[in-house]
Amino acid sequence: MNPLHLSHFTATSSIGRGLDQTLDALRQRRSGLAPCAFETVDLATFIGEVAGVDAVQLPAHLAEFDCRNNRLALLGLLQDGFAEAVRAASAKYGAQRVGVFIGTSTSGILQTELAYRRRDPVTGALPADFIYRTTHNTFSVADFTRHYFGLGGPAVVVSSACSSSAKVFSSARRMMAAGLIDAALVGGVDSLCLTTLYGFNSLGLVAEQACRPFDAQRNGISIGEAAAFALLERPAQHLDADAVLLLGIGESSDAYHMSSPHPDGLGARMAMQDALQMAGLQPAEIDYINLHGTATPNNDAAEGKAVHHVFGAGTPCSSTKGATGHTLGAAGGVEAVICALALQHGLLPAGLNIRQFDPTLNLNYVLENRDQPVARALSNSFGFGGTNCSLIFGRADKL
Amino acid sequence: MTIAMLSTTTLTAYIEGIGLLGPGLIDWPSSQAVLGGQQPYQPQKTILSPPALLPAAERRRSGAIIKLTLATGLEAITAAGLDPASLPSVFSASGGDGENCHAICEMLASDDRQISPTRFHNSVHNAAAGYWSIATGAMATSSVLCAFDASFGAGLLEALTQVVVDDTHSVLLAYDTAYPEPLHSARPIPDAFGIALVLAPQRSAQTVAKISVSLTDASADQFDDAALEALRIAIPAARGLPLLRAIALRQDRQVVLDYLDSTRLAVAVTLC
Repeated sequence: MNPLHLSHFTATSSIGRGLDQTLDALRQRRSGLAPCAFETVDLATFIGEVAGVDAVQLPAHLAEFDCRNNRLALLGLLQDGFAEAVRAASAKYGAQRVGVFIGTSTSGILQTELAYRRRDPVTGALPADFIYRTTHNTFSVADFTRHYFGLGGPAVVVSSACSSSAKVFSSARRMMAAGLIDAALVGGVDSLCLTTLYGFNSLGLVAEQACRPFDAQRNGISIGEAAAFALLERPAQHLDADAVLLLGIGESSDAYHMSSPHPDGLGARMAMQDALQMAGLQPAEIDYINLHGTATPNNDAAEGKAVHHVFGAGTPCSSTKGATGHTLGAAGGVEAVICALALQHGLLPAGLNIRQFDPTLNLNYVLENRDQPVARALSNSFGFGGTNCSLIFGRADKL
Repeated sequence: MTIAMLSTTTLTAYIEGIGLLGPGLIDWPSSQAVLGGQQPYQPQKTILSPPALLPAAERRRSGAIIKLTLATGLEAITAAGLDPASLPSVFSASGGDGENCHAICEMLASDDRQISPTRFHNSVHNAAAGYWSIATGAMATSSVLCAFDASFGAGLLEALTQVVVDDTHSVLLAYDTAYPEPLHSARPIPDAFGIALVLAPQRSAQTVAKISVSLTDASADQFDDAALEALRIAIPAARGLPLLRAIALRQDRQVVLDYLDSTRLAVAVTLC
């Protein structure tokens, strides 16, 4: 593929608002996970909640979009000058030439969960203030974003569970290559809700304590929430040395099971290999892998086998979900931004909450932060339904 | 008729197979006379069959959305004479499994919030794509999209970019199912409806029609028949029906399909 420039990017999760706080948390090995006190949830688990989401106010003319997911989206868009960069791109290329591609798994479903508690006792009707289109509907977050910026280009939500905001990069790449747009606002936004907390709990996949990816005793995920965005543009003639480029994408389906990965990580392996092929890179040219690493026994085992198959035991890798929690449909976006920070700042972020690395897996798992140059990084995102996506990012001076 | 283009970019692909299932529309061959106006459209409840291709466990767990997508997708791919295991896919729907969503919201509002694992994994927007890959063995990529009422147009654009940019076949599945009350009142989709299209980068012996698609601000085509127009308006996936009408009429035509509020898709249809 022709590399695409991540001309601006930002992430907001439980470890911080924007890049500075996110980088600082990674450097300090600070986790955003805490015992769950969200809403009325009565589960013994840790979550990665973003502070201050309830206080976010949407502009009055977009009030019908008001829900936790769109508040979190706006909070994320307002960090790091990202909103200004989108407006500048809109002015430069024209509002019709900027596309919007956002990943989410549950969108504003919390709004519907709450509305179901206020049904009319006689008719069963939902309360009159419930607005389906702009809150519950999966498209709501992309629709909010395009209205917020007045963008008129193609807009879509990708919703393939936990691969969603990795796969937005692929949809945007194709749309740019096809010539329909000149810039793409890509990202992922997922917010806490009862469906995912009780749903993952029903599958026995929720950890009681903070999740421990790739630990021998790992026992499930910690659910988080996040908003992460990137602006994709064709690279200018001259880029800064530390400019971050999207170099390759690999996508596959497991064709195996709805909620368990292929035991040998066959689909994951295909996604990583296809990303390397698209980037024209050998496995040894990848300096860091940000693993999907959810901390369920099966997921990490399958991913560990797949990574070992493709890369052997040498490539440094870690999961950052011990810090952020599993932000589901936002995870691909958050971890793309963490890869970008790793590239720009020469940081291999350690995996957190590890007491003993799983001895059955043969990987170069990063247990302490390492300061060293990172030229190219790969990020894995896998999801329910057997959907897999791997992204490769690189520094402009290492092309 | 000339249609104003918002951009000079045109994406071209060749339709090799069509699948159709909806209220009063049993499959593509039997629906052509209805869409072409030679037979009256008689709306009846959509007939969904148990998907034979799924293993027994998955078949038991499959709701309307799974039955719908397997029916339309396999109809299109069989017509194209292709192996579904080899095809990238695009799944585009304005919502997920409505019955399942209602059941989960009801439980979460009750004293017992312990929703079942099957309910939960069926709640993801990509459930249909997941069952599809299990049923067909397809390990290629699947893009799973939502754009509310623009979902057909968004799916068509995504599939076209796969075909044009990645030089591959792609199967587009656009589909919607109904919510039960009380969500039905908030999102009144009346019944299950799906269109599937197999798109190819080159002309072949299987080619049905060539389509060249660009963005436009012209108004979307409508149906003169009130019941067909009601169907097109009521179900987002049915916004693709004017394209199928052009093919049913076996005439080269300029079609405008609904997409986003300010943008529609101009489709130049050339029969092959």
